[in-house]
Amino acid sequence: MIEIGLSHYLTLAALLFTIGVFGIFLNRKNVIVILMSIELMLLAVNINFVAFSAYLGDLTGQVFTMFILTVAAAEAAIGLAILVTFFRNKGSIAVEDISAMRG
Amino acid sequence: MIDFNLVPLLPELFLAMAAMGLLIVGVAHGNSVTPVICWACAAALVIASLLLFGLSWEKQIVLNGMFVFDNFAGFMKLLIILGLITTLALSVKYLEQERIARFEYPVLIVLAGIGMMMMVSASNLLALYMGLELQSLSLYILAAFNRNSLRSAEAGIKYFVLGALSSGMLLFGISLIYGFTGSIDFGVIGSALVGLETIPFGVTFGLVFILAGLAFKISAVPFHMWTPDVYQGAPTCVTALFAIVPKVAAIGLLMRLLFDPFMAMHDQWMQIMYFVSLGSMTLGAFAAIAQANIKRLLAYSSIGNMGYALIGIVVGTPEGAGAVVLYILIYMVMTAGVFAIVLGMRRDGIAAEQISDLSGLSKTNPVLAYSMAIFMFSMSGIPPLAGFFGKLFIFQAAVSAEFYVLATLGIMTSVVAAYYYLKIIKVMFFDESIEAFDKGIPFARRVVLFVSVVFLLLFVLRPDAIVESAQNAAAVLFT
Repeated sequence: MIEIGLSHYLTLAALLFTIGVFGIFLNRKNVIVILMSIELMLLAVNINFVAFSAYLGDLTGQVFTMFILTVAAAEAAIGLAILVTFFRNKGSIAVEDISAMRG
Repeated sequence: MIDFNLVPLLPELFLAMAAMGLLIVGVAHGNSVTPVICWACAAALVIASLLLFGLSWEKQIVLNGMFVFDNFAGFMKLLIILGLITTLALSVKYLEQERIARFEYPVLIVLAGIGMMMMVSASNLLALYMGLELQSLSLYILAAFNRNSLRSAEAGIKYFVLGALSSGMLLFGISLIYGFTGSIDFGVIGSALVGLETIPFGVTFGLVFILAGLAFKISAVPFHMWTPDVYQGAPTCVTALFAIVPKVAAIGLLMRLLFDPFMAMHDQWMQIMYFVSLGSMTLGAFAAIAQANIKRLLAYSSIGNMGYALIGIVVGTPEGAGAVVLYILIYMVMTAGVFAIVLGMRRDGIAAEQISDLSGLSKTNPVLAYSMAIFMFSMSGIPPLAGFFGKLFIFQAAVSAEFYVLATLGIMTSVVAAYYYLKIIKVMFFDESIEAFDKGIPFARRVVLFVSVVFLLLFVLRPDAIVESAQNAAAVLFT
């Protein structure tokens, strides 16, 4: 049996965070996927905070996690609202259609 | 012991109450009262600034180390409030003309303002994050405020996605700093880092992530790519807000963060900020040359200006920090003036945004043309206008701390940047004149225009008072 320690949690969080970042940049299909990637990044950070909090025996990290969850919810609401206005103007939410301005 | 002294938060608390009260008024009366709410928000901001003057500006830390109020925070908050009032004054008429006069607009501006005031007063990474998010979330909505315009919605999406990405990076950095120093309090982090032989790898890594997140907010290279699109797509009054105020807050936040807890790591962050600053100046100078849209041009100009401001942070001396505060102040005044003119560029009720739309302005509207010429000369740093002194103090600080290469490159890029500022003057004064702009500049916009022209022209007569208060404000960070 391997002992699951701090480094395992940190590696997991770093992996999830990287997947989230790549999800934003490599995704060529749908803006909803980008919103999911953003959520994934924030949750990866939460794992980091909780792992550190348990490791240090300090509650601050868990309090911070609560705040991040709340802000993430507000952020998702605003993101979806902006997406709706975009869809009403363009009739599509494909990433390649977000290209009225360039240069 | 529970620390419950709320006195230093009075301006923020008052603004929060006022914003919510005015939101209720707006909901009850609908969009017809938008101008009233705009002016009520401006009045609330004036009262908040009076409350700010009523506070003691000695350093005090309240709410168990979450919130600090000192000379620096006070000065930056005054700049923020001034910027917000200016933007509100510029917006009222424009909102009507574009038929987007909805009552949420001024309320969102005030909410963003509370976030910015929290940012410059944060003394804890949690307070920093909450302030930053309150500001960002309000700004995302403002960018997409013109619901019927594809460009505005697109600007909103781009700003939202990249802003959320940057908050993610900032948070990842914060989590690492928390893990490796054991605290999110600026004071504790600072004392944990002082006297270490080698800085733990995790802290350096975390600081890099935090700097990347903040570089997004001040639109510094290499995290600038959202700026031109958002500036172009957002309604022009929102672009004015983006150009004037959030930069003040983000630069203030960056200064407090780097000079207070992370001063022990000056060698590390200095290298990062060095290249960020150099990249921003260069990109701001060269990419703007090819632009035909004036809002896009101003976006690149703001990227370049942030590069100059960052020189003062790289230097890491009280002198450099004072120069940054002064630079930001002068940049704010110049930008407010330029946008007062850009907002007035309308033909037959439709906004004109191309640089070529300005051609022959000196014949059709000499007052606007001459004030625009003053702003452009000031932006390109030609004495005796105020813009020259902003750059002078920055480069002086860089030279006295022996950053010769950075200062030289800064001067060279500002020569390149002068090309496109002077090109606008050439278009206004020497090109064939086309149809005049619509008549009738609203009173509030005239006041903004007049005040900024007078400030830029007369700064040379009495610079001491302003320079000294900027220096004093920045000096607090080093005690």
